[in-house]
Amino acid sequence: MTGQAIEQEKPRKCCNPVTAVLDIFGAVGASILNMLAAIGRLCGFISRAVMHCFTPPFFPSQLARQLIDIGYYSLPVVGMTALFTGMVLALQSYTGFTRFNAEGAIAGVVVLSITRELSPVLAGLMVAGRVGAAIAAEIGTMRVTEQIDALRTLSVNPFKYLIAPRVIAATLTLPILVLIGDIIGVYGGYIVSIYSLGFSPAGYLSQTWDTVTQIDVVSGLWKAGAFGFIVSIMGCYHGFNSARGAQGVGAATTNAVVSSSILILIFNYLITQIFFS
Amino acid sequence: MSAQDTDIMLDLKGVSKAFGSNKVLNDLHLSVPKGKSMVVIGGSGTGKSVMLKCVLGLLQPDQGSILIDGQDGIGADAKTRGEMMKKFGMLFQGGALFDSLKIWENVSFGLVHGQGMAKKEAKEIAIEKIIAVGLKPQVAELYPAELSGGMQKRVGLARAVATKPEIIFFDEPTTGLDPIMADVINDLIVEQVKGLGATALSITHDMASARKIADYVAMIYEGRIIWTGPVSDLDHSGNEYVDQFIHGRADGPITRRVV
Repeated sequence: MTGQAIEQEKPRKCCNPVTAVLDIFGAVGASILNMLAAIGRLCGFISRAVMHCFTPPFFPSQLARQLIDIGYYSLPVVGMTALFTGMVLALQSYTGFTRFNAEGAIAGVVVLSITRELSPVLAGLMVAGRVGAAIAAEIGTMRVTEQIDALRTLSVNPFKYLIAPRVIAATLTLPILVLIGDIIGVYGGYIVSIYSLGFSPAGYLSQTWDTVTQIDVVSGLWKAGAFGFIVSIMGCYHGFNSARGAQGVGAATTNAVVSSSILILIFNYLITQIFFS
Repeated sequence: MSAQDTDIMLDLKGVSKAFGSNKVLNDLHLSVPKGKSMVVIGGSGTGKSVMLKCVLGLLQPDQGSILIDGQDGIGADAKTRGEMMKKFGMLFQGGALFDSLKIWENVSFGLVHGQGMAKKEAKEIAIEKIIAVGLKPQVAELYPAELSGGMQKRVGLARAVATKPEIIFFDEPTTGLDPIMADVINDLIVEQVKGLGATALSITHDMASARKIADYVAMIYEGRIIWTGPVSDLDHSGNEYVDQFIHGRADGPITRRVV
């Protein structure tokens, strides 16, 4: 009898347009509340991480290890990316610009594109893939194997030992990587222009030097610092809050890379707006 | 508790903890006398690990108080909590050794980073502790991944006692070990705890381990302590839940509900 009563009630509830609309609003509202809660948790995590970057005790050996892991070992990836990006840029610009007899602008286009946009964004994305994933996987594994709990029982704050060194290292090293990427990227354009397209070395370098200004390089370095912070904080956040098991660590790694990549693109626009609007 | 065990090191009063609608700890009371070893037995999912995490400050209970040597650990400020943590040593179920550090660095971690001891001095103590748990000093230079499960437990024990803690916690210390290695670990636990004069709180469902390392035994069921007494009373507790558990019988008041 009870089962029948429930079956009779269901269609009535379903067909009521007011209830249906309220259900939709309820679902949307719940999603918004969940999203706001997630943003709140992330902001809380970021503020704690930043606070621990500036308050003792510090772990210099951990910082040194992260500087090498994040900075030094990312150099080949960033260098290769910058080199081939510069080469392709010169080649594509030449193909397009010859239609308008504007070949002379190639050096300027290469250096501005590399320093302002391509070097910081591509370096950020490459580091997000290499470093962000590694940070999330390492900290996530430490979470599921109770190593983070072990840190606490040994009177060591995990934020100071795990999070702060990674955030500081990534924020400091990415601008250096991008600066090196700038030089390699411009050199990539130079190689193609000189050895493939027949430009004169002196003319190419002179035009590069005349086009680039301090703000072009500085804006790229500011972007790099912001991207380094984003990559490390998202890797740490997702790893630190990883769910149990291999699936949890896998999801944390994926989320770290996806969220940091999206945030890099968003902040790239915002920082560009600040510098060049 | 016997008459001479009135000095309580660890006192849990009315501790409750729920995860959503799942009430894991339900008005739990437990007292551990100073210098004694209390073993909490109970089946999987009865709240043993949650209780331990609440005592360690890794989880915040919803209600109740946890007195550690007379000081309330719940709601204590970071500095007080930090001082309390310095009294603790912990052997985790899976060892929880730091993968990226050598064995001696793992053992000396609390000394170097928790107490600010110089690395050279801490390494000497770490090697002493490594030898004390029956490992060769050469092990000190290896990484955790190069050790067997039993060796990792020994290193975990060495790390737990390296800082000479006043209270040592053992989370399923013999799980996953063969019976002989389990007995070796039990002997080492007794030796190290008695040697330090520390208070110990262990959780396990291995009865051989409980009988070996316990002065007192408590049984947890559905988030509350349903029996506690000296280990010598375990076989005649007069509690049907305890009887069923220690004899490992499927039939009895403890039922395995399939949800």
